[in-house]
Amino acid sequence: MTHLILATLLTVMTAATPLLLAATGELVAERSGVLNLGVEGMMVVGAVTAFIGAQWSGSPYVGALFGIAAGAVFSLAFAFLTLTLVANQVATGLSLTILGLGLSGMIGNGYVGTPGIEMNAVAIPGLADIPVIGTLLFRHDVIFYVSILLVVGVHWFLFHTRAGLQLRSIGDNHVSAHALGMPVLRVRYLAVMFGGACAGLAGAQLSLVYTPQWTENMTAGRGWIALALVVFGSWRPVRVLIGAYLFGAVSIGAFNAQAFGVAIPSQFLSSLPYLATVVVLVLISQNRRLTLMNTPACLGRPFVPDR
Amino acid sequence: MRLDIEKRAAPSRLFTVLSPFIALVLTLIAGGIMFAALGKNPFYALYAFFIQPLNSVWALNQLAVKSTPLILIAVGLSVCFRSKNWNIGAEGQFIAGAMMGSILPIMMPGWTSPLVLPIMLVLGMVGGALYGLVPAILKAEFNTNEILSSLMLVYVAQLFLDWAVRGPWRDPQGFNFPQSITFPDDAILPSVFPPGAAHWGAVFAVIAAVATWFVMRRTLKGFEINVLGESERAGRFAGFSSRRMIYFAFLFSGALAGLAGICEVSGAIQQMRPVISPGYGFTAIIVAFLGRLDPLSIIVAGLVLGLTYLGGEAAQISIGLSDKVSSVFQGLLLFFVLGCDTLIHYRIRLAVRRPQGEVS
Amino acid sequence: MAPSPPASQDALLKVEGLSKVFGSFKACDNIDISIEPGEIHALLGENGAGKSTLVKMLFGVLEPTAGTIYWRNQPVVIASPGEARRIGIGMVFQHFSLFEALTVAENIALSLDRSVSIDRIADEAARLSREYGLPLDPRAHVADLSVGERQRIEIVRTLLQNPELVILDEPTSVLTPQEADRLFETLDKLRSEGRSVLYISHRLEEVRRICDRATVLRHGKVTGACDPRQETSGSLARMMVGSEVQGIHDKDFTPRDEVLLEARGLDAPARSPFAVSLKSIGLKVHAGEIVAIAGVAGNGQSELFDVLSGEVTVPRKDAVRIANHDVGQAGISARRLLGASFVPEERNGHAAVGDLPLSENVILARHRSDAKAYLGLGMLKVLKRSVVRRTAARICEEMDVRKSGEDPAASALSGGNLQKFIVGRELDRQPRVLVVNQPTWGVDAGAASRIRQALIDRARAGAAVLVISQDLDEIFEIATRIAVISEGRLSEPESATSMTRERIGLLMGGIHGDEQADLAHAS
Repeated sequence: MTHLILATLLTVMTAATPLLLAATGELVAERSGVLNLGVEGMMVVGAVTAFIGAQWSGSPYVGALFGIAAGAVFSLAFAFLTLTLVANQVATGLSLTILGLGLSGMIGNGYVGTPGIEMNAVAIPGLADIPVIGTLLFRHDVIFYVSILLVVGVHWFLFHTRAGLQLRSIGDNHVSAHALGMPVLRVRYLAVMFGGACAGLAGAQLSLVYTPQWTENMTAGRGWIALALVVFGSWRPVRVLIGAYLFGAVSIGAFNAQAFGVAIPSQFLSSLPYLATVVVLVLISQNRRLTLMNTPACLGRPFVPDR
Repeated sequence: MRLDIEKRAAPSRLFTVLSPFIALVLTLIAGGIMFAALGKNPFYALYAFFIQPLNSVWALNQLAVKSTPLILIAVGLSVCFRSKNWNIGAEGQFIAGAMMGSILPIMMPGWTSPLVLPIMLVLGMVGGALYGLVPAILKAEFNTNEILSSLMLVYVAQLFLDWAVRGPWRDPQGFNFPQSITFPDDAILPSVFPPGAAHWGAVFAVIAAVATWFVMRRTLKGFEINVLGESERAGRFAGFSSRRMIYFAFLFSGALAGLAGICEVSGAIQQMRPVISPGYGFTAIIVAFLGRLDPLSIIVAGLVLGLTYLGGEAAQISIGLSDKVSSVFQGLLLFFVLGCDTLIHYRIRLAVRRPQGEVS
Repeated sequence: MAPSPPASQDALLKVEGLSKVFGSFKACDNIDISIEPGEIHALLGENGAGKSTLVKMLFGVLEPTAGTIYWRNQPVVIASPGEARRIGIGMVFQHFSLFEALTVAENIALSLDRSVSIDRIADEAARLSREYGLPLDPRAHVADLSVGERQRIEIVRTLLQNPELVILDEPTSVLTPQEADRLFETLDKLRSEGRSVLYISHRLEEVRRICDRATVLRHGKVTGACDPRQETSGSLARMMVGSEVQGIHDKDFTPRDEVLLEARGLDAPARSPFAVSLKSIGLKVHAGEIVAIAGVAGNGQSELFDVLSGEVTVPRKDAVRIANHDVGQAGISARRLLGASFVPEERNGHAAVGDLPLSENVILARHRSDAKAYLGLGMLKVLKRSVVRRTAARICEEMDVRKSGEDPAASALSGGNLQKFIVGRELDRQPRVLVVNQPTWGVDAGAASRIRQALIDRARAGAAVLVISQDLDEIFEIATRIAVISEGRLSEPESATSMTRERIGLLMGGIHGDEQADLAHAS
């Protein structure tokens, strides 16, 4: 029985990791005041690039690096359009998602059905031998470890460093930040690219760990769920982690219910994560004070400084 | 060196007209580069994609078929986006309308009457409107972001359709294929110029575009939509209600998306399948922006994007590329349109960085 | 902590031929100024004269188009606020550069160029604020602070940099008279330490009270440099405004008995966590009088305007009455149909939409009240654009609105002209009730005078006019009766002839109860 629970928990963690990565990256971007709806596009581009990179080099780690780079470069296009050319952020994000889905479908066309190069679990010496906990926490792929370190790192950065304070202030009031001499655009560019890199890594996890293969549209809306997770977590990394794991649990729960032959049609079970996202959004939006105090006040607003 | 932008005193008339064309040219160039990178001759590929598909009456009919849902949905979206209601779930409303309208031919195939088609169309609009009502209620009453809620519902609608077509709506005589019965003649939207494929949905699209244009430009309702989108506070000062506008915008665009759905299923496909749209609801967003949220320009933009669908199918056959290339062109087009639109409101210049100050 | 006295009597800051051009608009034209060490120097000028633009160049926020800045006789290029701070210039903006979601200490930390721990900053800030008489709690969130307290943060954060020149942009516009007095004490202390202050204002009495020298700007050019104490308010005003500005005339008329606008026990809960709730507001405005509500920003003025205009409704129908009708539940269109007109505080984004032409901005406020004239074809409500354009032209003619083109976008007009248009749009309807929030905020003297006269004319014609304003000079110029709003409570209106500035200041400090304590403090 323990074995079964353990196995399920491990699957939940694998399912939650890409959501956590993408959401944490987007959280940083949004904290600086930029709403990047292109997460789904960056993720799927990361997935296909990581897959091809791994095929080409023979190493999943090189593949992951390719995925990170692809996400970052792709987000650069978004940053240029919305930050330098002050284009509508909602529309630009959508265009990148459509572009990303199309590009990845095209590039990956020849790789559908190719067996993937899997990133194996790495046991942390010593810690991995602890009964139960060892298997649960310390026998994972590298990307999982990165995701946890990322949450800790982003939290420390945002709330305990001067640079993080500056980033938060830019998201709160970019006019004041500019008046105080802060490099608003430079910080936002970096924040967006960080978000892109994280989304790219999230995609890499999908094609190298979750199901080591490439299929068209394999992100299946996870980028959008990641966006919802940022709202759900009130733009705080630890809460986003909780949200990601809850969602991982819902997805795996639905999947397992199908496997156990539960009488509910598979399509309804598959729609659970999406319905859950809506429910969660409604619940979290009810608390107006929470929303007001935590939403970066300048989120999505264009910035054109006087010169 | 620094790229500076400076707001213009008034939007540039020149660029309002020029911007979509510049965007088109840039898209063609980028597309050509992409074709070359994939090892195909860029000029032949562009020709195969954009020109070849238009070389016959049959092809023009196909263009109308592809453009009809795009124009119908985009006209509805133009009202939504102008009032700053971001309806990203039109794809879901398309499916909901298609399903609602298909209830009649699929569940009561025996009933023949000239009333069947009109009822189907009305049901289609009602289905789309009701599905659009959900994100509207969530936004108006529960302060929930409509982009995410309407989008999540797209996945739900797609899964629901998949279940219906593989389950209760599957054609018992269909050799176990996941598809419904072929619609009886009474339930099929007739063609405009028989035997061409273009069905009456095209006419509805044009009527919807012209009527919406008139309302937006010439009536108080259009004024209300514009003002509420520009500034909610000014709208309140004028006595307009942004809450009521949320409902209006979503019901209107949902109804048009639903109409597009039932017209597509009844006119073009003539049965229900697990996938009834190559992403019309999303491409329509691009059409809306390319047409700068103006219903008449949307007709032209719809034709342009309809062409990208035809081009994708043609390219698959003649050059051997995945039909995903349509999505790439569509994404590129929106991307460049958004970039070029900056020139309308802002002037761009390269500035030399100022030297650092000297202090005694 | 104070800087050492300068070796020679060189000017601390000198500016020669400084200009700034935006497109085709010359905000600053060939300006020369000289500021001595240990001097409080006034920069005088009406709204739109170029004062803010000039100091933004001194503080490195804007790049000069031409001219040179000298600091202690050395030419400098001030490329950024960081540069300005390093040189020794500090600035307290009129519109604060604060971050609502962060604490006082965090806000101050952000303006420092070096990385210091938040705790150290909190202690430094607390010490400084006590030393200069500007008490602050470093752990408080800015969103919860009053406007006066926020200004203290700005001043403390500037002082932490140890500046030799402190620039203050219209500092008293958001302070009660008592808070202003405290500010002047702080400035005296700065001067005694050998620092200089560049004090921007358009308030002549203040300038004559505390400033050693003054430079006057008009339309971007220097029109005078003098010792304000040697000048009269009249001579200073003439340097600021040029030809004599029309004073207000025909002020003598008596109010009638009829009450046209009334609030009774009006309560309104705060609609967002940082808004002000209205408590038991009672008010009667008679036909033929102007009642003015004085108050410092953030005490419930916008909230009161919203419930009077109908943009926000209240549960009790009779809490607001217009022309003897209960309108508490009625929307703004219904109230307009009863003959009421409203002018909100914000020109852009509330009273008018910047991107829309003037004619459409007429439709904005009058589509319901003038539906018969402006809308056609019954249910379709087609807009009769030519009729609306004629109305817009008539309004511009009547209020002397300067614009380029037949029907330009509202954003193309200057602040004063747009405000004249907005007020004129409402007056054109000859309303029986008129509620105006900040009628001349940020408006040049000529336009302000025109608007105030228009309000008086309307009252004389028998309308009930309610003016909410932060400008005490304006209030004393036009009001029949004066009330004070403080923390969502309204004082009992008193006749303008018997009201004094001190009394207003006390009422601003607290209504119903704190008056005795404040009186004791003041003496």
